[in-house]
Amino acid sequence: MLILPALVLLAGVFVVPLGWFLIGAFRELGEDLWPQTLAILTSRAIRTSVVLTNWIALTTTVAALALGYPIAYALTRLKGLAFSCLIACVVLPYFTSIIVRTYAWMVLLGRTGVINQILLDIGLVSQPLALIYNRTGVIIGMTYVLLPYMVLTLYSAMKSVDKRVLQAASGMGAGRLTVFLRVFLPQTLGGIAAGALLVFILSIGFFITPALMGGQTDLMAGMLVEREVEISNNFPVAGIMSVLLLAVTLILYAVYLRVADMRRLLTA
Amino acid sequence: MIRRVLLRSLLALTCAGLLAPIVIVVVLSFSGDAYLAFPPRHFTLNWYARFLGNDRWRDALLNSVLIAVGACLLATSIGFLASYALVRARMPMKGAVTSLILMPLIVPNVITAVAIYFFSARLGLVGNLGWVAVAHSVIALPVVLLILQAALQGVDINLERAAMVHGCTRWGVFRRVVIPLALPGVISAMLFAFLTSFDDLVISLFLAGVRAETLPVHIWNSLTLQVEPTIAAVSTLLIAVTIIALLIDLVARRFR
Repeated sequence: MLILPALVLLAGVFVVPLGWFLIGAFRELGEDLWPQTLAILTSRAIRTSVVLTNWIALTTTVAALALGYPIAYALTRLKGLAFSCLIACVVLPYFTSIIVRTYAWMVLLGRTGVINQILLDIGLVSQPLALIYNRTGVIIGMTYVLLPYMVLTLYSAMKSVDKRVLQAASGMGAGRLTVFLRVFLPQTLGGIAAGALLVFILSIGFFITPALMGGQTDLMAGMLVEREVEISNNFPVAGIMSVLLLAVTLILYAVYLRVADMRRLLTA
Repeated sequence: MIRRVLLRSLLALTCAGLLAPIVIVVVLSFSGDAYLAFPPRHFTLNWYARFLGNDRWRDALLNSVLIAVGACLLATSIGFLASYALVRARMPMKGAVTSLILMPLIVPNVITAVAIYFFSARLGLVGNLGWVAVAHSVIALPVVLLILQAALQGVDINLERAAMVHGCTRWGVFRRVVIPLALPGVISAMLFAFLTSFDDLVISLFLAGVRAETLPVHIWNSLTLQVEPTIAAVSTLLIAVTIIALLIDLVARRFR
């Protein structure tokens, strides 16, 4: 009984609108549903967008993993004030509005932005670098926005690694590198999988950062949906892209639930 | 020793890297230079004056607060009941219901936003403050559920039974036993529900129209035109709200 209000809210403002939107989009296609759907699915706009979305999401995931792993590892080794400082540095951006974080990177990466100024001042480059309004900008921005998810997931996985096993390994003569590679790393593979899946899932549906920091012609899946609805009023294309995005997201989410527990993210 | 110093400096560098974007925005909002320079040579409160002196920014601030308070109250109360049911009751399809409530967290916000927009346009609800708050409560609900489930798991069911045995009504148990015991969790849930709504851009972008424009939407609209320091001042306000919420949460956690 108590759960009823939640279900009503969810049904009324999530499930029903979603169903209505998707059914409405497909209904506009009329009689030749399948041929048309197929035509849209294989159209150039959607193909380009799918390839781009995957490429950016993969790069972002790899970048977040490369940066996040050492940070999470440091968190497991630190104590007291140093730990509090580092965790604050991870958590504060995590809860700061995405639009604010994106704006911050626009200020940093612009042609007259902070990074270009520094590079010009120390004479490392003679021309300002094009760091924004292209894929580099999108990947930098998205990695920054999604990094906390990776760090917190990895940290909660690393915390559950039994320290005594590591001590045992080094006690039996394994070097630091061996302990890390053969004992620690394998035990965090689950965390790596969970973190990578989470970041990838969130990346493919990303909208704000690529829209503000990306190039004019690079349309990721989320932007394509928005464009088709807001500008071209082309609901079938928006609907099909949404179904595709939704399907991939839900499949990956199902896999994610197998390897991880979402509750860990907030209680870490 | 060298190793230690090296690791420490690496750590300091990482912290700096993580915080730098945020710190730079805050510093920039006080900058009085004619063009963007870092570090600034002059300091001024000009951009804050412009922010608060502008009707549209002020309206956006008011809208943001009203929507966030509404979404926070709605999501927390509904989420509290749902979490209680999920923690206490033995019911069928518990897992499925939990996954359903968590779904808005994982479904791309753009899709949720487009779907609700499509629906609201038919009902003439675009630009309605209350409706935006309701839509926000859907994306805040998963956050509330995750926090409150954890909090309610810590409430001993025997205390509720004891209250019941001594003649307390169902509602009395709720009001005098469960809510006080779960209070730190409830406060956390309210804070994060507030933040989720206050910081949201995508849902508001579609639903707010002109009448219910929120701060993030107005930032977005300004950003697509020009990057100006007033945005830095507004961003600083959003960052400050986040920090305050996190600090209150930290205090609330002490009492768990």
